[in-house]
Amino acid sequence: MSGYHLSHLDELEAEAIHIMREVVAEFENPVMLYSVGKDSSCMVRLARKAFAPGKLPFPLLHIDTGYKFAEMYEFRDEFVKSIGAELIVGGNTQAQADGANPFDLGTAKCCGLLKTKGLLDALKDGKYDAAFGGARRDEEKSRAKERVYSFRDKFGHWDPKNQRPELWNLYNGQHNKGENIRVFPLSNWTELDVWLYIYKEDIPIVPMYFAKERPMVVRDQQLIPAEGPMRLREGEKPEMVSCRFRTLGCSPCTGAVRSEADTLEKVIEEIMTARQSERITRIIDHDRDGSMELKKREGYF
Amino acid sequence: MGITELLRENENKDLLRFLTCGSVDDGKSTMIGRLLHDSKQIYDDHLSTLEKDSKKVGSAGEAIDFSLLLDGLKAEREQGITIDVAYRYFSTPKRKFIIADCPGHAQYTRNMATGASTANLAVVLIDARHGVVEQTKRHSFIASLLDIGHIVVAVNKMDLVDYSEEVYDKIRSDYEDFASRLQVRNIHFIPMSALMGDNIVEQSPKMPWYMGTPLLEYLQTVHIASDRNLIDMRFPVQYVLRQDMSFRGFCGTVASGILRPGSEVRVLPSGKRTTIKSIHTFEGCVDEAYPPMAVTIATEDEVDISRGDMLVAPNNSPRVSQSFDAAVVWMSEEDLDLERHYRIKHCSTEAQAEVTDLVYRFNVNTIGRENTNTLKLNEIGRLRIETSRPLAFDPYRRNRATGNFILIDTLSNATVAAGMILDRSTEKDLSEKTKVSTNIREQVSRVSHEERTARLGQSPATVWLTGLPKSGKSTIAYGLERHLFDQNLMVHVLDGENLRLGLSENLGFSALDRSEHIRRAASVAKMCNDLGLITIVALVSPYETDRCHARTIVGAETFFEVHVSAPIEVCEERDNDGLYLAAKNGEIERFTGVSAPYEHPVKPALKINSADTPVDQAVQSIVDLLTEKGILR
Repeated sequence: MSGYHLSHLDELEAEAIHIMREVVAEFENPVMLYSVGKDSSCMVRLARKAFAPGKLPFPLLHIDTGYKFAEMYEFRDEFVKSIGAELIVGGNTQAQADGANPFDLGTAKCCGLLKTKGLLDALKDGKYDAAFGGARRDEEKSRAKERVYSFRDKFGHWDPKNQRPELWNLYNGQHNKGENIRVFPLSNWTELDVWLYIYKEDIPIVPMYFAKERPMVVRDQQLIPAEGPMRLREGEKPEMVSCRFRTLGCSPCTGAVRSEADTLEKVIEEIMTARQSERITRIIDHDRDGSMELKKREGYF
Repeated sequence: MGITELLRENENKDLLRFLTCGSVDDGKSTMIGRLLHDSKQIYDDHLSTLEKDSKKVGSAGEAIDFSLLLDGLKAEREQGITIDVAYRYFSTPKRKFIIADCPGHAQYTRNMATGASTANLAVVLIDARHGVVEQTKRHSFIASLLDIGHIVVAVNKMDLVDYSEEVYDKIRSDYEDFASRLQVRNIHFIPMSALMGDNIVEQSPKMPWYMGTPLLEYLQTVHIASDRNLIDMRFPVQYVLRQDMSFRGFCGTVASGILRPGSEVRVLPSGKRTTIKSIHTFEGCVDEAYPPMAVTIATEDEVDISRGDMLVAPNNSPRVSQSFDAAVVWMSEEDLDLERHYRIKHCSTEAQAEVTDLVYRFNVNTIGRENTNTLKLNEIGRLRIETSRPLAFDPYRRNRATGNFILIDTLSNATVAAGMILDRSTEKDLSEKTKVSTNIREQVSRVSHEERTARLGQSPATVWLTGLPKSGKSTIAYGLERHLFDQNLMVHVLDGENLRLGLSENLGFSALDRSEHIRRAASVAKMCNDLGLITIVALVSPYETDRCHARTIVGAETFFEVHVSAPIEVCEERDNDGLYLAAKNGEIERFTGVSAPYEHPVKPALKINSADTPVDQAVQSIVDLLTEKGILR
C-alpha cells in the first residue's frame, strides 16, 4: 500500500491548498500578501495550484517601504507579469514622503510606521477580510504560537492569549464586520521545506538568494549591503564579499551571510548544515526580548 | 552521497505528527529539548539565547532549561508557564516531525485535544519514581478519545531509580492493565532518562536489559501508512471552480478512500448520481486521488453540486442525518447552555446546531460516567445534537476526517467545543428519508423550460426578501406583485406569515423549525419557478445558512436575495401588533431581533433601506435589478 502515501512535501502542499480554498470559499474579500521573498514565491505557487486551471481569485498585495532592494522590485514586476496576477502596491506613502528612515527613528519605529502602519492602512483601504501571509511557525518563538487563522480585531491587533483552538482541518472563520484574519498556509513548513519545494517545483526566486560578490559593510558581526540609502559609520568602508541573503527585507536592515552557494543545490546543502537560524540576519528581531511578539500584537505579520 | 541523491531522499521522506503529554515535572520539555539538541536541530544562536535565558529565568539551576526553548510568549517566559500549544519542527533523513507540545495546568484537556486532533502518535511521559498516576490515565484517555493510533509510554527519570528493570516492568504492567479499557491500537514502552540522554537518540548503555530501540529510532520507523482510511470514498466539496463556461470543477481534500476517473459517485445530501470525469491538479490530470490530496474533480453530468456537499461511493454511504450522538470536549470559559444555538462546522458544511440532550459527563480520572446538566471548560461529555441541515458523516473511530466537528458560539464567534461523532444511532435518524433513498429516481418532464417561457412570455425568478420583523418586507412584496401584475406578468407572493397558517402550521420558531420553514418556502418557490412564475418570498429568514440552502434549492441563477433593512427602532415603531413589546416582556420567545439573532446577508443582490425609501421606489429598485439580470425586459 506504500503507493498511497504522500511525502512530507506533498502533505504540506495539500494542507496549504486546503487552507487557501477554505478561505476563498468563506471570506468575501481575501488578498495575498506578497513580500517578494522565497516564502511568498512558494505561497503564490501553492495558490496557483489551489485554483488551477482557474486564475488566482484574489490580488497580490505588496507592502512597499521604498527601502527594498532594486533586484526585488525588478523581480516582483517580472514575476507578477509572468503569472498574470493582479498586483496592488500599498504602503505608508505619507511616512515615506516625510522621509521616515531607520537611521534616525531606529528600526522598531521605522518598521512600525512603514510596515505595520502601511499594512494596516492597505488592508483597511482594500476592505480585505482575510490576508494570506507566508510566515512560518519555525521562524521565531512567538510565531510558533500563531494559529493558521490568526484573528485580528478591528485595530488589526493580535491577542496571543485569547486565540481560538484549531482542531483537525476545521478552521473557524466567523468574524464581525471590521474584523479580519491573517492566514498562514505555510505554518507547518520549515526553512528547509521551503527550499526543497523551490527545488522540486523549480520556482523562480530573487537572485539575491544566491551567492555573489557584493559590496558590503561589516558591522556588529552583520554584513550590511553597501547599496541604497545607507549611512556609513566612521571608519567603515565597503568591501567586496561573496555572500548571499537568507531572508529579504529592507536594504538598510537586512544582513547577508558569507557564502559561496551560487546554485540552488549549494544553497540547500548550506541550509541543511547551517548552525545559525535564518532570522539572525534580520536586525529588527533583536531589538529586545519579545520584540517580534510586540510588533505582531500591534499588527505586524 | 551526492547532493542530488540527498535532495531526492529529503523530498521523499514522510511526515509524522506527534504530541507529548505529561505533567509539569515529568520532564516533557527536557525530553523535547534533548531530542532536538541531540539530533542537532537547535541553531547556535537559539542555543546561546537559551543558555542566556536559562541563567536569567531558568528553573534548572546552571543547566540549560529546555522549557524556555518552547515557551515562545513573553508572558510564558516571565511567569515560567506555558499558555498555549507550541509546535516544533525537526527532521531526520528519514522523516519530518511536527511536535505539538501541550502544556499542563488548567487548560490541559483543551490543549491536548487540539494537539491530538492532528497527531499520528502520542508520547505519554511517566516519572519512574511515581509510576502510573491519575494524570497518566487522563492523558491516555484523551489520546484514545481522539483516536490516536499509537502511544509511546516513555518511562522517564530512570536514572533516579537506578535504571531498575523491576521498576520499569511494574510500571509497564500497571499501564497495560489500565490501557486494556482504552481503544488504542499500538502501545510501545521505552525506559529513558531525558536529562541524561538515555534512550533518547542513543541507546543507553545503562539499561542493557532493554532490547528495544531509543525514542528517536522508534519515531523514525513506526509504521503509520496504514492508519488512513483508503476504503470509504469521501470527498467533501470545498469550493466550486468555474473557470469559464467550459470548465466547472469541484475542489476539495480527499477525506478517505480512493477516487478514480470513471468511478460512479453519489452526491450527498441530494442523493444524485454522476461519474467522475477527470481529476485535475496544477500539473495536469491524475489517475487516482487519495487522502489527504487536494484535487479538483470534474463530473460527466451537469449535476447541482455545491460547497458542503459530499461525493461518496454509491454502494458505501456515510450516514446522512440531522441528529447524532457525539463525545464533545468543551473548550470555552462559558459553560454549555442547552437553551442556546450554536453553529456547527463539519467538513465543509456549516449549520445551526442545538444540543438536545446531555447524556452524561466523563470523569476523565476514573473513566466513569456522571450525570450533569452542563459542561464546563475542559470537561468531556456525550451530547445529542440536532442540526438545521442534514450532515453526511461517519463515526469518528471509523473515519477521523468525516467524524469530527467544532461548535462555534454565534455571539462571540469563539470555537467552544470539539466533537467526535459516536457510532450508536440516535432515535431520530433521518437517513432513511426519501431524499437519499436509492429507490427514487428523478422523473423528467417532457415540456421544456424554454417551451414554458415561450408560452408565458416571461422568465421565472424568485425574489427573496429577508429582514427583521416589521422591516417592510410584505409591503414591498405586495407592491412589487401589483406592479408586475399590471405589466401582464404572472407573479405571486409567498408570505412567511401566510405559510405558517397553512403549509408550515406545524412548525414553531426554533432554529430547526425556522430552517424547515425556509426549506418548504424555497421548495414551493422552486416549483412555481418551474411553472414559469415569478415568485416573491417575504420571510424573516434570519440565518445565512438557511438562505444559502434556499438559494441552492431554487437555483443560484434565478434566486435574488434582497435585504430589506431598517433600524430596529423603526421596526418597533411600525409594530402596531405589539410584537416587539411582547418579545421584550418575554411573552414571545425566540423573536428575531430581540431574543433570536438575525444574520445580515453577506452578499445580497440588493439592499433596501426601508426606513428612508418609499415603497414605490423600493419596488422600482427591484424591477431595475430584475431588468439588469435579464429577467424582465
